[in-house]
Amino acid sequence: MSATSAVANNHHDVHSHSHDHHGHDHHELSFIQKYIFSTDHKVIARQFMFSALFFLFVGGFFALLIRWQLAYPGKAIPIIGNLLPATWVTDGVVQASFYTQLLTMHGSVMIFLVIIPLAVGMFGNFCIPLMLGTDDMALPKLNMFSFWLMPPAAMITMGGFWFPDGMAAAGWTSYPPLAVINGPGQTCWLIGVFLIGFSSIMGGVNYITTILNKRTPGMTLFRMPLTVWALFITAMLIVLGTPVLAAALSMQFFDQFLGSSFFIPDNLVTTKKFVGGGQAVLFQHLFWFYSHPAVYIMILTPMGIVSDVLATFARKPLYGYKAMIFALMAIAFLGFIVWGHHMFQSGMNPLLGTTFMLSTIVIAVPSAIKIFNWLGTIWRGNIHFTAASMNALAFIATFIIGGLSGVFMASAPIDIYIHDTYFIVAHIHYVLFGGALFGIFAGIYYWFPKMFGKMLNENMGRKHFYWSFIFFNLTFFPMHILGVGGHMRRIYDPYIYDFLKPFQPMNEFITIAAGLLGFSQLILVVNILWTIKFGKKAPDNPWNANTLEWSAPTPPPHGNFTEDIRVYRGPYEYSMPGAKEDYAPQTKQDIPSEVEGEIVDESMFKAH
Amino acid sequence: MSGLSLSHEPVSGVAHGKLAMWAFLASEIMFFSGFFGAFIVLRNSNLDVFSASAAELNKWLALVNTIVLIGSSLTMALSILQLQKGNVKLFRLFMGLTILCGLIFLVVKTVEYSGKFHHVLDEHEIMHLRNGVPPNPDALLPGINPSTNVFFAFYFLMTGFHAIHVIAGLIPMVFMFVKSFTKGGYNHPVKVESLGLYWHFVDLVWIFLFPILYLIFPAH
Repeated sequence: MSATSAVANNHHDVHSHSHDHHGHDHHELSFIQKYIFSTDHKVIARQFMFSALFFLFVGGFFALLIRWQLAYPGKAIPIIGNLLPATWVTDGVVQASFYTQLLTMHGSVMIFLVIIPLAVGMFGNFCIPLMLGTDDMALPKLNMFSFWLMPPAAMITMGGFWFPDGMAAAGWTSYPPLAVINGPGQTCWLIGVFLIGFSSIMGGVNYITTILNKRTPGMTLFRMPLTVWALFITAMLIVLGTPVLAAALSMQFFDQFLGSSFFIPDNLVTTKKFVGGGQAVLFQHLFWFYSHPAVYIMILTPMGIVSDVLATFARKPLYGYKAMIFALMAIAFLGFIVWGHHMFQSGMNPLLGTTFMLSTIVIAVPSAIKIFNWLGTIWRGNIHFTAASMNALAFIATFIIGGLSGVFMASAPIDIYIHDTYFIVAHIHYVLFGGALFGIFAGIYYWFPKMFGKMLNENMGRKHFYWSFIFFNLTFFPMHILGVGGHMRRIYDPYIYDFLKPFQPMNEFITIAAGLLGFSQLILVVNILWTIKFGKKAPDNPWNANTLEWSAPTPPPHGNFTEDIRVYRGPYEYSMPGAKEDYAPQTKQDIPSEVEGEIVDESMFKAH
Repeated sequence: MSGLSLSHEPVSGVAHGKLAMWAFLASEIMFFSGFFGAFIVLRNSNLDVFSASAAELNKWLALVNTIVLIGSSLTMALSILQLQKGNVKLFRLFMGLTILCGLIFLVVKTVEYSGKFHHVLDEHEIMHLRNGVPPNPDALLPGINPSTNVFFAFYFLMTGFHAIHVIAGLIPMVFMFVKSFTKGGYNHPVKVESLGLYWHFVDLVWIFLFPILYLIFPAH
C-alpha cells in the first residue's frame, strides 16, 4: 500500500503528456514498463485475458483426455498417445493415477486460472475505471502485483508435474483424508491455490476501493452500469470468502507437510502416521464456505455483462435496473448461507440439511428476477443480432437449464440419488461453461473494439458462437441422462459395471461433440489474432452504447480520457421518445430532439 | 498541467489506501475466523487433550507478549498523532518504540517455540497429550510440534500466522523509520495511519489468541 501517491503523481505526469500527444508514444515508459510490468489497468486486463485464454486450452486439453478415456477405455489416444510421458500413459492409454490428476487439474485450471481471471481479472480491470470515468484503479501498483502473482501461482499449482507422483489428484475440492495422504503434487496445489486466492483478494480490495472512491462527478452508485455493480458485489464476495479458503488450505498444508491432524480422524490407517482427533467434514465446511460463493464470483460478472450487452443490442432501457442490483445482492448474500447443500451426503443432521435445502431453493427467486428482467429488456426491443448479443442470449438459455437442474440438486431427497453422478457434471458445465463462459464471450465481443481498437470479424464471431452453442449442448445435455442412469462422476472405467455398459455409445457421442467444441474455440483465437493484425479500425462507439467507456478514444490512451468526464444520466437510456438518436450517452447533458434545435424534456421519462 | 481531473479526490472522503486497508482487514477477519471456527469445533470434540495441552504452555511469556503488543499499539497511535502534527522527532521516537516492541514480541515467541521443540515427551505426557499414540518419528520438527496433537497444531498454526502478520507489519515500519532519517524525511500520515489500522488488527488477533490458547482450560 505504500508508494501509491508516488504512483498517482507519476500517472498525472503521463496523463498530461498523453493529452498533448493524443496517446501516441510515452517516452518516459520503457517497453517493460508499458507492456510487462505495467500499472495501466487496460494492459493488466489484456494480460489476464491472454493468460486465461492460454489456460482455457490447457484445461480443455485435460478435458479431452478425460473424454477419450470415458468413451474408449483401454484404447490408445490417437496421434499424441505415444508422445505423452510414461508416467501418464501406458502404450498410449491414460493410466488410472493420471486420470485422477486430469480430473483435478481440469477443474482447478478452469476455475482458478480461466473463469475467475477472465470474469473478474479481465473485465474488472478493463471495465471499472473506464465505466466510472476515471484514469486508473485506485491502487495501480497493487493491481500489477495481483496479476503478477498469477503466473508463479499457476506454475506452482501444476508443480506436481515435476514430481514422480504427479500433479494433485484429489479432485479440485481436495477433500481430506485422501488429499492429505497424497504426494508433493498436492502440496504444490495447496500453495498455488493459496497464492491465487491472495491475488484475488488484492484485486477485490482494489475494485472496492476504486468503485467507492474514484467515480467521476455525477456518477452516483445508482448510475453505475450493471457490469460495475456485479463486479462490486463480486469483489465483496472475494474479500469475504477467499480468506476462508485460505484458512482451510493452510490447515490442510499443516496436515500434509507438518503432520498435524486437523482433518484426520482417530485410527485412520495410512502410510503416514497421524495422531488423529480431527474431522474430515470440517474441511468440507470451510472449503464450501468459500467455494459456494465462488460460483457466484464466477457468474455474477457475466450476469452484469449480459445486462449491458442486452440493453445495448435491444436498444431499450434495462428492465428493472434497481431490481437487478438488489437481485445481485440477494444472490450474493444467500450464497454465503447455502454451502451445506454440497454436503448432503457427507453425514449431516437432516434438520440442518433441510435448512440448507430451503435457503438454496430461495436463490431461485433472485435468479428468476434476473431472467425475467432480461426477457423484459429484449421484449419488443429492436434486437440487433451480433456475436455479442447472441452469446448473451445463449447465456440466458443455458443459465435457465443450469439453474433448473440446480433446483433438483438443492432438494436433499433428489440429491441423495443424483449425488456424485454425471448429473452434477452436466449442471456445473451448464452454469460455468454455458453460463459464465458464454457471458464472458459476449463481453469479449462487446468490448474488444475498445480494448484493441479493432473490430472483431463478425462472420468468424458468429461461426464461433453457433459452433460453440451447438456442440456445447450436444456435449453436456446428454450428461444429465448419464447421471440419472447412475454414471459416477469421477470413474476411470465405467464399464466395469454391467449397468453402465449401455452408456458407452452415448459417452462416445459426448466425446466427439466435446472434441468439436474444443476445436470451435480455435475460431475465437484465430479471430482475435487475425483482427489484431489485419482487423478494421474500430470507431469510438461502434455499438452506439451509452456507458462511459465509449466516450474514451479507441483504444484509450494511458489515462483513458482526453477530456473531463461528467455524468448526467443513467446508463440505459435507449430509444427515448422524441429524441433524435436512439441512445443518450451518460456524458451528454442535453439530448437533441427530433424537432430541429430543441432538447428532449426528460422529466417525462426518468430512468428507473 | 492540462487541466484534466480524472484522478479526483476520493468520493467517500476516505483516502484510497485507508479504504483499501479497511477492505483488506475485513478479509483478514474472515481468514482468522476460519481458524477460530475450526478451533471451536475441534476443541469441543477433544476437550481432554485441549485441557492437558493448554497446561503445557507458558502463560507468563504470553502475558509479557500481550503487554508488549498492547504497548506497541499505543506507541503506534502516538506516532501517527505526532506525524499529523508534523513533529518528526517524536514520530521517529514512537515509531522506533513500536518496532522495538514488535521485535521483543518476536524474540519472546522464538523462545517459546524453541522451548516446545526442545521438549521431549515423557510417558505420562504421551498418555495425556496423544492418547497413548507414540510420537511420529517422521515428523518434520522435533519435540512438541504441530503433529503432537490437534491443540498444538492450532497453537502453531494460529500463533505462526499471527507472527507472520507481525513480521509483515514490521517491514514497512522499518522502511518508514529509516526513511525519516533521510534528507527528504518521511511525511505520509495517511500511510502511517493505514499501517496503524493493520497493526491494531494484529494486536486484536493476539488479544483473542491469548485467552483461547493460554488461559481458558476446557472443563473436564
